[in-house]
Amino acid sequence: MTPFQYAGASDAADAVRRAEATGARYLGGGTNLVDLMRETIERPAALVDVTGFSREVIEQENSGLRIGAATRNTALAEHPLVRTRYPVLTRAIVAGATAQIRNMATVGGNLLQRTRCTYFYDDDGSRCNKRSPGQGCDALDGFNRGHAILGASKACVAVNPSDMCVALAALDAIIHLESPGGARRLPLTDLHRLPGERPDIETVLAPGELITAIELPALPISMRSGYRKVRDRASYAFALVSVAAALHIEDGHIEDVRLALGGVSHKPWRAWRAEEALRGQPASEAMFRRAADAELSEARPLKDNGFKIELARRTIVAILAQLAGEKR
Amino acid sequence: MCLIVNGREVAVPEDPRVSLLDLLRERLDLTGTKKGCNQGACGACTVLVEGERIVSCLALAVQYDGRCITTIEGLAGNGELHPLQQAFIDHDGFQCGYCTPGQICSAVAMVGEVRRGVPSHVTSDLAAERVALDRDEVRERMSGNLCRCGAYNGIVDAIFDAFGDSPEEEAR
Ligand SMILES: Cc1cc2nc3c(=O)[nH]c(=O)nc-3n(C[C@H](O)[C@H](O)[C@H](O)COP(=O)(O)OP(=O)(O)OC[C@H]3O[C@@H](n4cnc5c(N)ncnc54)[C@H](O)[C@@H]3O)c2cc1C
Ligand code: FES
Ligand code: FES
Repeated sequence: MTPFQYAGASDAADAVRRAEATGARYLGGGTNLVDLMRETIERPAALVDVTGFSREVIEQENSGLRIGAATRNTALAEHPLVRTRYPVLTRAIVAGATAQIRNMATVGGNLLQRTRCTYFYDDDGSRCNKRSPGQGCDALDGFNRGHAILGASKACVAVNPSDMCVALAALDAIIHLESPGGARRLPLTDLHRLPGERPDIETVLAPGELITAIELPALPISMRSGYRKVRDRASYAFALVSVAAALHIEDGHIEDVRLALGGVSHKPWRAWRAEEALRGQPASEAMFRRAADAELSEARPLKDNGFKIELARRTIVAILAQLAGEKR
Repeated sequence: MCLIVNGREVAVPEDPRVSLLDLLRERLDLTGTKKGCNQGACGACTVLVEGERIVSCLALAVQYDGRCITTIEGLAGNGELHPLQQAFIDHDGFQCGYCTPGQICSAVAMVGEVRRGVPSHVTSDLAAERVALDRDEVRERMSGNLCRCGAYNGIVDAIFDAFGDSPEEEAR
């Protein structure tokens, strides 16, 4: 690990000030950043620990939730209002990592965790445009069973590994940010970038921009929501494909729907097309399949991951059918 | 700047690169906590921070200033084994023993989580305030602790013996 300066921060303004002065990176639970620093893939000269503030989940007047960025993943998953109003979020979080890691990981860090592409991690032996821009991508023609089928580029086929982000993408979550230039808000679906020519730039955040909170809008549809994660083991593995969904059916017709996919793209993939295809339609398996086809029409397989297209289709249909069948 | 390890005050290392795991093993000679992968993946380095389980290999010691850490060495009291330690012996919950300190610390905290009603991936009713500790729950909740020797059946038996009938009871 390259030497670095460490400092705590008392609040968001203090953290932003310290980061600006030293060019520091923010440190959450460290479960991703410390790992990458040990591999010398990340070499920050300074860290500002942001786990000491913004750790609360607060119900808003409009009955949405404001989740402090340093809230631990476990604390968010077990929160009574999350479990009952946004079950998809609890389900997504507990489907990820392990209890130990969820106890350490913060919500802010989870949003910005980096890909698990093995070529990205293999600093000595592989080329990676995300690690060393312009170097080339060994995953493109390499072992790419876990890689992207949607929105990839010639420069990068890595996927975003977060489960939590898939649920947040479906829930219309808003990210609150703070920087020396002031505060701003951003829909979660606009936070992560597609790789294009610059896979090393993963989000639209400016250097030193701090995530202070995530806002969940009041969203009655999310009461009936769920998460399906398909992986190589029954527990403790990153997603091959995952689907977050919420469904509101009235008289056999789909009044409203939210759908997002994980494990398929460089960003948590909101399935806008499928949603569009479903609204107002009868809630039938045939319809769910048509919507999945609409979303996946632009999916492009790599050498080893063609199975993901069919897997995504089936997983979308399965979770929608499950939600359609659930009693309220 | 200090943290409390098994009730003893310990200075936070000057170099912020030192992990909690290396502090325990290399500087405090508390070698019960094991280093398996050093990447957060195996659970051998699991310790308790105010009763919560974490992997100490990905924890920078400096981040735990002022916190109370319990390692496997701190679980036994007055020369008596923790009930779960005894249960691991009774049920052959290990072979080589390398994963065992992590398994035991992890399970002690796991029971606390169940008592608190923290749902897991296999919990069917998220709204329920109580979680029943069945074998599927134990396996899922302990999946962050790998055992290279494959002593899983004995591990699950030991956890049940120590906590199974009364997960509501104090873990310790
Ligand atoms: C063995 C293992 C298995 C895993 N399995 C899964 C899985 O199945 N599913 C899954 O979703 N995840 C999984 N993870 C990843 C885990 O969820 C992330 O490591 C974790 O969420 C990161 O949170 P953190 O607080 O530890 O982030 P850190 O490591 O502290 O930080 C990560 C990044 O976020 C930045 N950051 C942190 N907080 C802020 C902030 N407030 N504002 C701006 N930037 C910030 C940091 O600078 C850094 O770049 C796994 C991890 C491990 C080690
Ligand atoms: S050594 Fe920490 S998880 Fe493997
Ligand atoms: S007993 Fe050998 S690794 Fe578990």
